[in-house]
Amino acid sequence: MELVTKTKPTAEGKAKHLLNQGNDVIRHMKEDKQFANDRKKVITKSKSFLFTLFRLVIIVGICYVIIGPLIGIISKSFFSQEDSYNPMVYLFPIAPTLERYQKAIARLNYWKVLLNALVYVLTLMALQVLVCSMVGYGFARFQFPLKKILFACVVVMIVIPTHTIMLPLYVTFRKFDPLGLVSLFTGGSVSLLKKVTPMYIMTALGCGLRSGLYIYIFNQFFRGLPKEIEEAAFVDGAGMWYTYFRIMLVNAIPSVITVSIFSLVWQYNDTFYAKLFLISPNVAISKKITTLQATIQSVDKVLDPTVAQLYVYAGIVLVILPIILIYIALQKKFIEGVERSGIVG
Amino acid sequence: MRTKRRLTLMQKRAIVGLLFISPWLIGFLIFYARSLFMTIQFSMSDVAVKENGGYSLTFAGISNFKYALTAHGTFKQVLTTSLGNMLVDVPLIIFFSLFMGVLLNKKFKGRTLVRAIFFLPVIMNSEAIQGAIQMTRQMMAGGLNPANAEVMESMSGGVNIDYYLELFRDLALPDGLLDYIIGAVARINDIITASGVQIVIFIAALQAVPPALYEVAKIEGATGYETFWKVTFPMVSPLIITNIVYTVVDSFINSDVVQLAYDTAFTDQKYGLSSSMSLLSTVAVCVVLVVACGLISKKTFYYN
Repeated sequence: MELVTKTKPTAEGKAKHLLNQGNDVIRHMKEDKQFANDRKKVITKSKSFLFTLFRLVIIVGICYVIIGPLIGIISKSFFSQEDSYNPMVYLFPIAPTLERYQKAIARLNYWKVLLNALVYVLTLMALQVLVCSMVGYGFARFQFPLKKILFACVVVMIVIPTHTIMLPLYVTFRKFDPLGLVSLFTGGSVSLLKKVTPMYIMTALGCGLRSGLYIYIFNQFFRGLPKEIEEAAFVDGAGMWYTYFRIMLVNAIPSVITVSIFSLVWQYNDTFYAKLFLISPNVAISKKITTLQATIQSVDKVLDPTVAQLYVYAGIVLVILPIILIYIALQKKFIEGVERSGIVG
Repeated sequence: MRTKRRLTLMQKRAIVGLLFISPWLIGFLIFYARSLFMTIQFSMSDVAVKENGGYSLTFAGISNFKYALTAHGTFKQVLTTSLGNMLVDVPLIIFFSLFMGVLLNKKFKGRTLVRAIFFLPVIMNSEAIQGAIQMTRQMMAGGLNPANAEVMESMSGGVNIDYYLELFRDLALPDGLLDYIIGAVARINDIITASGVQIVIFIAALQAVPPALYEVAKIEGATGYETFWKVTFPMVSPLIITNIVYTVVDSFINSDVVQLAYDTAFTDQKYGLSSSMSLLSTVAVCVVLVVACGLISKKTFYYN
């Protein structure tokens, strides 16, 4: 005990000293840690900043590549004659004019043709969604003989390009007489060319423009939906058609939107079937635009191609504008739809 | 007592299922199966169109195929060029769209707008609109054919690509690789406009990867590079096949072979020859598809 008391002051001093030292070390360590943390933060921050910058550069660049030509077309469609001869004018016309649009609207017969085209495209879209969702549902939920082979046929439909069968299709509709039924009633076959009927018939029978792809999308989507919904409906006494229309189709809204947009855009832009079935340019607006320049040059006697092309640009803007507006309106829902719908595996 | 045999539930469901797919089944039989058969028939015979609009077939064996492959002026070249372009473009489009999908999948401001812009080419890429633009260019070049017009355009300003070419040649890179890269850079516009749908599909696939996998990878200390190759890539690999099929079919439909077959039928009135051209090109594309899918499906990883 004595020893301890004797040595106490020195020990205390030592302990204090040690304590101070310890505190110093801890403080140093803390500072070091602080420093390391700061360094880490700076590194991660600058890393993420660099990544953001990299992404920004790439995205802005590619977006420019995509919308660059569009900007050029839009700005040129407002050029007046002086602007197009003036080499100083770039993108922003000095004397902007709406004359190009007026004439393009007149020569395209725009409002009437647009109305026709929209009616045509929208009805086909509705048919496409109805038929393809039905078929997709049939493949997704029911077991029947030869199911695998039949589904392989759907894949074949996607893979085989339509042009392989374009000649037989042309012949089929040139003398339309399925199973001899038409000649039974009218005493001769009918030609359905130059009409829109072939497109409606093919779409109603699930063989329209890219129907195979839509069937595939719907099939994948319905397979992903829980079976319990249907079973509950069945237990409650709903018939299978009722279940499909009132329950499954309502649940499939995301893929319905996806298919609607794809169908709308592709049908509107389609020239293959329009050419094959000789569908009138007054319905297929995309066919009409190809002849606009010739019309302007011959009817309005605008012989200078520098000026004549301005009308074509105005016409192009007029043709793609409605579809872009519809797309923008549905875009948000569409991307969500794609993300939730069955396109994924 | 009822004597009529009642169907079991399974049989009932089978019948309803068949009813559901019946519109498509009828359509497939009338339009696709029958048309494919007719195409084969056409291609093996001489088609003569009669006055009243009908046609008559005389069996000609494989002479149409022979003619297309040996005697026809441009078919072979057009076919090989189209297939070659396809083989060059498809990998580029797939890699580009995967890259963009990964980039656009992260959250950032204005994502919706950017995604909208990336889908624009699908709308803009209509054959008619491109045709109209092409026509104005042609008119501007004052009757020069478009190839010459392009030459004029590239001569009248811009970079001297030959200088850079020499620069890379000096590095002793293999010529084939160099040509591929130059081709890729020159085609960047085509590639961007052709990959709208693929980007959307890849984004959808990336969204479906369970976040838990990324968490695990992070905890285990994987770097971003490793995470991409060990988690992201395998998870989207099933979609790569879907995208390859879509890209090949899409680029084939827009290729010159299709145009040639169309012109042969409707301008030259050679229906038999056109059918055999269609069949030959389709078979070629199907071979490409089967080989590509066969090679890739071995490496494909299925989560379930």
